[in-house]
Amino acid sequence: MLAIAVPAAGVVLAMALGGRQAERIALAAASAGLCIALAIAANIWQSRTPIAYHLGGWAPPLGIALRADGLSAIMAVTTAVVICAIGLFARQGFSVPEGAQEARAPMVFWTLLMGVWAGLNAVWFGADLFTLYVALELLTFGAVPLVSLDGRAETLAAALRYLLFALLGSAMYLLGVALFYGAYGTLDIALLSGLVRAEPVVWVAVALMTAGLIAKTALFPLHLWLPPAHAGAPAAASALLSALVVKGSFVLIVRIWFDTIPSLLNQAAAQMLAALGAAAIVFGSVLALRQERLKLLIAYSTIAQIGYLFFLFPLASAPLRVASGTTELWTGVAWTGGVLQLVSHAVAKAAMFMAAGLIAEALGHDRIAGLGGIARVLPMTVFAFGLGGMSLMGLPPSGGFVAKAMLLMAAVAEGQWWWSVVILAGGLLAAGYVFRVLTPALAATDAPLTLRTPVSSGRQGVVLALAICALLLGLVPLRPSLLLEVGRHIPTTVIAR
Amino acid sequence: MTAAMVLDVGLALLVVAVAVWIVAAGSAFAAVVGFVSFGLLLALAWARLAAVDVALTEAAIGSGVTGALLMTAASRLRPTESRSAGERPGAFLHVVAAVLAVLVSAGLAALVLIPASPAPSLAPAAAVHLPELDVLNPVTAVLMAYRAVDTLLEKIVLLLALIGVWSLAPDRFWGGAPGLWPRSRPDGELTLLARLLPPIGIVVGIYILWVGAIAPGGAFQGGAILAAMWLLIMIAGLRPVPEIHRQWLRLVLVVGPAVFLTVGFAGFFLPNGFLSYPAQFTKPLIIVIEVVLTLSIAAILGLLVAGPPERERQR
Amino acid sequence: MNAATLYGLCSAALVGLGLFGAIVHPQPLRKILAFNLLGGGVFLQFGVIARRGAAAGMGGDPVPQAMVITGIVVAFSATALAVTLLLRLYQVSGSATLSIETQSSSESDGGGR
Repeated sequence: MLAIAVPAAGVVLAMALGGRQAERIALAAASAGLCIALAIAANIWQSRTPIAYHLGGWAPPLGIALRADGLSAIMAVTTAVVICAIGLFARQGFSVPEGAQEARAPMVFWTLLMGVWAGLNAVWFGADLFTLYVALELLTFGAVPLVSLDGRAETLAAALRYLLFALLGSAMYLLGVALFYGAYGTLDIALLSGLVRAEPVVWVAVALMTAGLIAKTALFPLHLWLPPAHAGAPAAASALLSALVVKGSFVLIVRIWFDTIPSLLNQAAAQMLAALGAAAIVFGSVLALRQERLKLLIAYSTIAQIGYLFFLFPLASAPLRVASGTTELWTGVAWTGGVLQLVSHAVAKAAMFMAAGLIAEALGHDRIAGLGGIARVLPMTVFAFGLGGMSLMGLPPSGGFVAKAMLLMAAVAEGQWWWSVVILAGGLLAAGYVFRVLTPALAATDAPLTLRTPVSSGRQGVVLALAICALLLGLVPLRPSLLLEVGRHIPTTVIAR
Repeated sequence: MTAAMVLDVGLALLVVAVAVWIVAAGSAFAAVVGFVSFGLLLALAWARLAAVDVALTEAAIGSGVTGALLMTAASRLRPTESRSAGERPGAFLHVVAAVLAVLVSAGLAALVLIPASPAPSLAPAAAVHLPELDVLNPVTAVLMAYRAVDTLLEKIVLLLALIGVWSLAPDRFWGGAPGLWPRSRPDGELTLLARLLPPIGIVVGIYILWVGAIAPGGAFQGGAILAAMWLLIMIAGLRPVPEIHRQWLRLVLVVGPAVFLTVGFAGFFLPNGFLSYPAQFTKPLIIVIEVVLTLSIAAILGLLVAGPPERERQR
Repeated sequence: MNAATLYGLCSAALVGLGLFGAIVHPQPLRKILAFNLLGGGVFLQFGVIARRGAAAGMGGDPVPQAMVITGIVVAFSATALAVTLLLRLYQVSGSATLSIETQSSSESDGGGR
């Protein structure tokens, strides 16, 4: 519970004290939040059982439970790490100028950063479909104003389009929530999973909720809002949106499919989701290859990388169709691979967006054609960008490699080889767009580049550290992770606090 | 067919008819006018569904405050309407949208016609615990106790929305006062209304908050009515719109969620943990939280309508 | 047919109308209005479910009713944010459509600050 309450308290305090305090409160909350996330993960790692917490002592169905399993623990830690990095990175761009008591952009940025964080943790730990709706709205309301922080017409239009898509998604999701409640009288995920039957109301509800969440996750073909929104936001905010916010709605789809209706998983529907994912990989990558601007390229690559996540549905649910002992292992591999893709993309993409932000700040533009020789001036930044790019391509030894290798192995082993073709093609396309940036960046130029503003090595260091995290994820062994298995099949223990 | 049934059929048809009008109306302003009456009709429907708490909220927020907001927007955006009329989407999109809408509607209607039986309900469970909470209105019990965390998170949503609205101000106006509408003349009818109505409205708002513990009403409904009164006073120019940097304003905005969170944290010292109330103080605590929440809700709703700062901060 | 079923059908119609309006209307303000219709339909669905769950001397199940109250407030904040964004867009660009493309002007400060 603390994981949600601390950032929420941060929002309230920052709003009250305002001015220079907002930044300090955010950084204090960030370090506290990191400790809490690590403590929860450690607890689950040791006990190997998920934790549930009944708020106010009211047990579901009347009350609301929070539940921490392997997936929520790992997402909470990832979130905390990325947010701490974003916080350190943004200190320079979002500090209150000398002589002023409070300024618009810093105040908005720091409070919304904590608001988004509270929303993310509520998504990771929420076990009640309506609480998850409120959590989704926290994400929306935190994320949309970040897009239009610079107040230009394009970013305002991008923010408005994002908001409209998000509202449509929330309304669909909420309609599904209503249907679930009307059919079973509870919204607690664990209770629902024991009650659901194969009947029309469940199909309609799940279809509505999935469609709504797909719009929020920006899965092809409902991705139109993402590139302008993510590319238009300030770099620190783009990192937050691309790395974490879209993952919130994705995890909700996972919660519905794997946790709420595990007994009714439908292979045909899962194949369809994966097909959309495959289309997203191809489409996003090809468009990324054609972008003129660095941040748009990274944003289109997010669409492609989101596509991989949807392979989780057919690959990790296969044993329901083939109930034999051997596939159990492979669905575990797919599950770990999918979640690892979630984590490694979050870390790598945050690093890349912040690197792009530093480059744009230094040069005063982010046209790819004008990047010549930037590696000589900002070696750490370009190196970090390259490391992040490795993870996107799936080159060893990076987190992206392990994730994609595991998905690939699972696809082959489960006889769904067609997905492995897309995974490989996606890697090649990613290599194409990453090298499109690195080639001019590493090129030697005769005229020395003049930077518009100097870039502090501290901020470069933050970006590099994050990129190295993405690399270190490559050391995860290629087998189902025990931590991630926590809460998949084991009953939950309830603790008092 | 009984008289009540006739009323229900008429109301349902009217709601749908107004909805069609809102979608099909030629001008945005006409659609917004339709929307305000839509909200009021919907509130009646809620009352017919024995949900008086929701009816109050819908009338106050869904129709009243939202209506005021949309009304301003429609009048400000009037010049753009003729221009955007040219970019009507093609027939193809119309067909796709229509098919999709009909599919969803038909699916929902089918589900409505085959209800789960017996209909699941948490009403008995909610009723069992009402005596220990000493709160007689079950909806208040759900909002403040059983599902308190939703209410708490939703307060944070409101705060974020307000920051979002403020973030749309130009840099130089940060800390200044929201623009709101052009002021009316000091002797206009609006001013008269703004002098007469608020005393009554404030009493009604406080009453609705107060009875929330035993009868329909509560923080949201009371807060919305207070917000409406405050807006009326500000529009009429009887009181200036506050500058958003003011310390007192910030405190009013956050006092609700802050007290709620503090009580929540205090719950860690109790056997039931976060957001639980000590048995002997449950009712007073809930009432205190509701009072401060009402204040914050009224302030946030009012400022959400007032919009981003549009004047420079006074030194 | 009882009142709950009747309003349930009404809710289904509202959802469809809202969805249709939100997709086909080019003006953002009309889209926002349509979203509010859609939202009204969704909330009414909760109301129907609450009414059917009438028990223990209550006219309806209080849990979905409370959820609707939360939902109405969230929907209002969404409307407020959307309307403010739209007005600001109009103020800055002189138009109120979504068709402004990112690639158009000002490549110079596309990066972070």
